[in-house]
Amino acid sequence: MNTKKIKGFWLFVILSIIVYFAVQMAANTGMINNYHVNTLVYICINIILAVSLHLVIGITGQFSIGHAGFLAVGAYISAIVTMKLSLPFPIALIIGGIVAALTGLIVGIPSLRLRGDYLAIATLGFAEIIRIIFLNIDAVGGAAGMQVTKMTTWTSAFICLFITVLVIVNFTNSRHGRACISIRENEIAADAMGINTTYYKVAAFAIGSFFAGIAGGLYAHNFYIIQPVQFGFLKSFDILIFVVLGGLGSLSGAVISAILLTIISTFLQSYPETRMIIYSAVLILVMLYRPQGLLGTKEITDLFKRKSVKGGS
Amino acid sequence: MKLACQLLPYEEIFSIAFSLAVTLYLKLFGLFEEEWGFMDWIQQLVNGISLGSIYALIALGYTMVYGIIKLINFAHGEVFMIGAFVGFYAIAGWGLGFFPALIIAMAVCAGMGMLIERVAYRRLRGSTRIAALITAIGISLFIQYLFIYFRGAQPEAYPEVISNQTYNILGAQISSQSLMILGTSIVLMIVLQFIVHKTKIGKAMRAVSHDMDAARLMGINVNTTISATFAIGSSLAGAAGVFFGVYYTKIEPLMGVIPGLKAFVAAVLGGIGIIPGAMVGGLVLGVVETVVSGLGYSLWRDAAAFVILILILLFKPSGIFGKNAREKV
Repeated sequence: MNTKKIKGFWLFVILSIIVYFAVQMAANTGMINNYHVNTLVYICINIILAVSLHLVIGITGQFSIGHAGFLAVGAYISAIVTMKLSLPFPIALIIGGIVAALTGLIVGIPSLRLRGDYLAIATLGFAEIIRIIFLNIDAVGGAAGMQVTKMTTWTSAFICLFITVLVIVNFTNSRHGRACISIRENEIAADAMGINTTYYKVAAFAIGSFFAGIAGGLYAHNFYIIQPVQFGFLKSFDILIFVVLGGLGSLSGAVISAILLTIISTFLQSYPETRMIIYSAVLILVMLYRPQGLLGTKEITDLFKRKSVKGGS
Repeated sequence: MKLACQLLPYEEIFSIAFSLAVTLYLKLFGLFEEEWGFMDWIQQLVNGISLGSIYALIALGYTMVYGIIKLINFAHGEVFMIGAFVGFYAIAGWGLGFFPALIIAMAVCAGMGMLIERVAYRRLRGSTRIAALITAIGISLFIQYLFIYFRGAQPEAYPEVISNQTYNILGAQISSQSLMILGTSIVLMIVLQFIVHKTKIGKAMRAVSHDMDAARLMGINVNTTISATFAIGSSLAGAAGVFFGVYYTKIEPLMGVIPGLKAFVAAVLGGIGIIPGAMVGGLVLGVVETVVSGLGYSLWRDAAAFVILILILLFKPSGIFGKNAREKV
């Protein structure tokens, strides 16, 4: 089992190095233009967001619909660090992530006492409050927004994505991750087994917020301008649909749906209404006919495993 | 260390921090300096109550639906929006008066609420709460953007259907619109109380919300009862939409989102599932909002509602009128 895990780990590392250099080469030789590279960077950001929310909803089972709030914190804090304090970009990303994680702690400690619907509404309320706070601070431009230099590159986005996926996969497979899954399955039973449920819920929430903050830093330095209106409920909904569509509890499902939906939405960029109609209709249909999402709690690697078992017997 | 000093523009940090501190101080000080007379308070109170009665009407629909099927009907804000537009077309297009338009809007919204329940929520009755919640969010966005797709996102100016006179009552300026909205809301709430407590369908609604399975065993048609609940709640939201249009004179396809969320806050504040709680919660929320924007913090108005929500969830999640129920394992 252990060797299998290590093998999987190296496979993941090699695969990501191949993907990274393939894109880098293609960009250098001019096979794909800047627009495509930008789309790829945006896909990376969305995957980070999807995976970080997957940790909160899919693994720990805490239904948060205010993820855009932490994205906003990461975006604004990192933009302030690079623009006003003129510190280097990687430091800004880390500071943005840490501040977002602290915000996650502040939001999580009181609100994770709630369950189900109430938790969802409380996170939504917190995200709105965060947005309104940024709207009212004149130092970051208020409603008009804040100018940010473009610093996010394919390399930085991909490194962040790599680290995020690695940390979250390892967290899920660790003892702590198992504890989180037990909370998802049955909180009362987990509590009875001696798991400190509050601790793990808050920890998962803070880790999720940290990576959302990192994604926020990348997001802010990718679009030249950040405005509070970009971090409203619709952004939270966009992230939520990645996780829900892919399957609640499936990391690869979240990644796949983030990739697919980002590509679809770049095609539909000039028809925002159509995009929202399609998104919401897909969401409703998935919930009515396949409420566990496309992959359920399975991972894409499970499919290969089952095949190999069948072939062997 | 020397290098760090050169890198960090300390002056700028200090200037930002200083300006923040000064504005905070001035604002807090301004709060005490700007003295409100007694009449100002009365006027704000009346404005707040008429805004709050709109919230209360929407909150009633939330609370009734939650009470009966334990679902936060996110699409309720969209029913409210449709009500406002139906009222608008009835007044501006067909030249109807305020009350006929109100009745048409309420009827259309009742139908729409039943349709939403039949198409989306009925299938989900046995599924998880999260699936139901996500579907509700999906329905809400679907209606919004379908409406924008077919009609366009441009706002519409509501015609002045009630003559806007201002009465001067003991120094407080009170408009006839506020009084009209307040009066009609009170009538609607009395009618609702009558339906819930004195009619057969109201009795069925209370029975189903108490215990759905037992109600079914007693021969109550649960599906009809739930449809009726949706119809009544949605018609109240439709009425609130018309009032909102009259009061704010501007309607747009995305207008339902924020009032919808705030009405939900009102429902939670009063104790979700409890009808008088929704009324009181709506009124309290309206007054708080009016006072916050009256004090010069109109940008923070929306935050006030969410702060109230979080405080109430933290300290008394069952709401003002709620009783603490032990969760069963």
